[in-house]
Amino acid sequence: MNKYVERVYNGVIKENPTFVLMLGMCPTLAVTSSAINGLGMGLSTLVVLVCSNLLISLFRKVIPNGVRMPAYIVIVASLVTVVQFLMQAYLPSLSKALGVYIPLIVVNCIILGRAESYASKNGPVESIFDGIGMGLGFTMGLTIIGLIREILGAGTFFGLPFLSAIKGFTPITIFIMAPGAFLVLAFLVAGMNIIRKKMEAKGKPLAEPAGCLAGDCAHCGQSAMCTGKSAAQSETKQS
Amino acid sequence: MSEKFKVSSSPHVRAKDSTSRIMLYVIIALLPATLFGIYNFGFHALILILVTIASCMASEWIFEKIVHKKNTLPDLSAVVTGLLLALNLPAGLPWWEAVIGGVFSIVIVKMLFGGLGQNFMNPALGGRCFLLIAFAADMTNFASSKFEAYSGATPLGMIRNDGISSVKVMDMLTGRIPGTIGETSVIAILIGAIILILLGVITLRIPAAYIITFSVFMLIFGKERFDLTYLVAELCGGGLMLGAFFMATDYVTSPITPAGQIIYGICCGLLTGIFRCFGANAEGVSFAIILSNLLVPIIEKFTVPKAFGMVKEAKKNE
Repeated sequence: MNKYVERVYNGVIKENPTFVLMLGMCPTLAVTSSAINGLGMGLSTLVVLVCSNLLISLFRKVIPNGVRMPAYIVIVASLVTVVQFLMQAYLPSLSKALGVYIPLIVVNCIILGRAESYASKNGPVESIFDGIGMGLGFTMGLTIIGLIREILGAGTFFGLPFLSAIKGFTPITIFIMAPGAFLVLAFLVAGMNIIRKKMEAKGKPLAEPAGCLAGDCAHCGQSAMCTGKSAAQSETKQS
Repeated sequence: MSEKFKVSSSPHVRAKDSTSRIMLYVIIALLPATLFGIYNFGFHALILILVTIASCMASEWIFEKIVHKKNTLPDLSAVVTGLLLALNLPAGLPWWEAVIGGVFSIVIVKMLFGGLGQNFMNPALGGRCFLLIAFAADMTNFASSKFEAYSGATPLGMIRNDGISSVKVMDMLTGRIPGTIGETSVIAILIGAIILILLGVITLRIPAAYIITFSVFMLIFGKERFDLTYLVAELCGGGLMLGAFFMATDYVTSPITPAGQIIYGICCGLLTGIFRCFGANAEGVSFAIILSNLLVPIIEKFTVPKAFGMVKEAKKNE
């Protein structure tokens, strides 16, 4: 597999930020009340992620290690401001629906996570594809959650009448409220785990969750500044 | 051999109590309220009760088939859940919404957390609260031509909006009022409660702590302060009696220690009072009970009784 295609595959399937890595949960749960909101949130994150990965990768040898976090934040925040203004100008209704969650992309852990663990160590082209893969995975996750919530909770499909066209259908409003987000996410993650288990049983081993998920500090980018290391790791270091 | 000798750990106390027997007692105790609900709301109430029980039993059976677990239908807990859920629904609810409620109660609240004994909140109440948020309009539509004196609203709602003079307290005692299927008749519920207490299925601790706390709270903070008619109306209205005797006392989701049971009853009473006085709705029993259910592990942790003879040693260790 071509390494650029591999990056995209990795972001969408293997390390899907929503269903496998569980990153960026705040926008995932908060804005997915309809499919179009999920798609909008996903695409704006995708744009910011691709641009920030590119810029950080370009500047990776210039940025001093000690102040890299503030530097990343400045880059990401500038990009988010651009996206926010563009959205207010051309998509005012979506911008209103997403509200504070657009500025909050700055602190989205997917973006900082990719900057720290991938873009700061790899070349610009790979980083762009990594951003596209992760962004597409995030967009896919948010759109699927939003779609299920919208169909069940409002009976519409991207705003068009769908289930609500059936006579006697009452929308299950809990699904477009906060509890619905948790319920749908839980079932989708459960479904994803079933698929991953089946793929592993068939002999197609997927990448084990790395970093904090597996208690594996050795391969983690944040290892140097992380305070929450697993007990086993710190013990081996002491001895 | 194994049929004649039951091998289990101590204490070896022989008693006829078993899960299915206790569940059967609860069903018997619920019968007066059920029958009165059917009499009160008509044939549609009976259909709704049967559909809800069937959906609970079916979802338990199908879930256990899928995950290859032992079939637990004979312990009757699914029947109790279905019956309690149905008694908490308005008679005019569309049947498919009741089915969704039953599936949610069993699959999500009970089975996903490990089945009977592991559920963190009362399945029937979990299902009811899910339906209450999911189908708010249908779940609060009590309109019925049978009770012209009450134009669709429950007595609790009328007290809240128009004051105590707008309801007849006598009607609230007998149950000739709109409401969910099983909650209207206080007399039928109390008959069931007496059956439960006489059979030793429940003790008075939780219901008494619940009702006394609630009464004191309502006397002090209620709409009509220190007015006994108002207090009786609030006690008879809504699901308070059904909740206090049948749902707050659920073995799995209430504390096991005597002191804990009283604390838990007080929590239920306080929360119900707060929801009814200061909340957005006139009713708050189900939310109060499931919130208190969540507090049970903490309550139990702090009320573990000291084992006999252990008091001094425990102090020394500290």
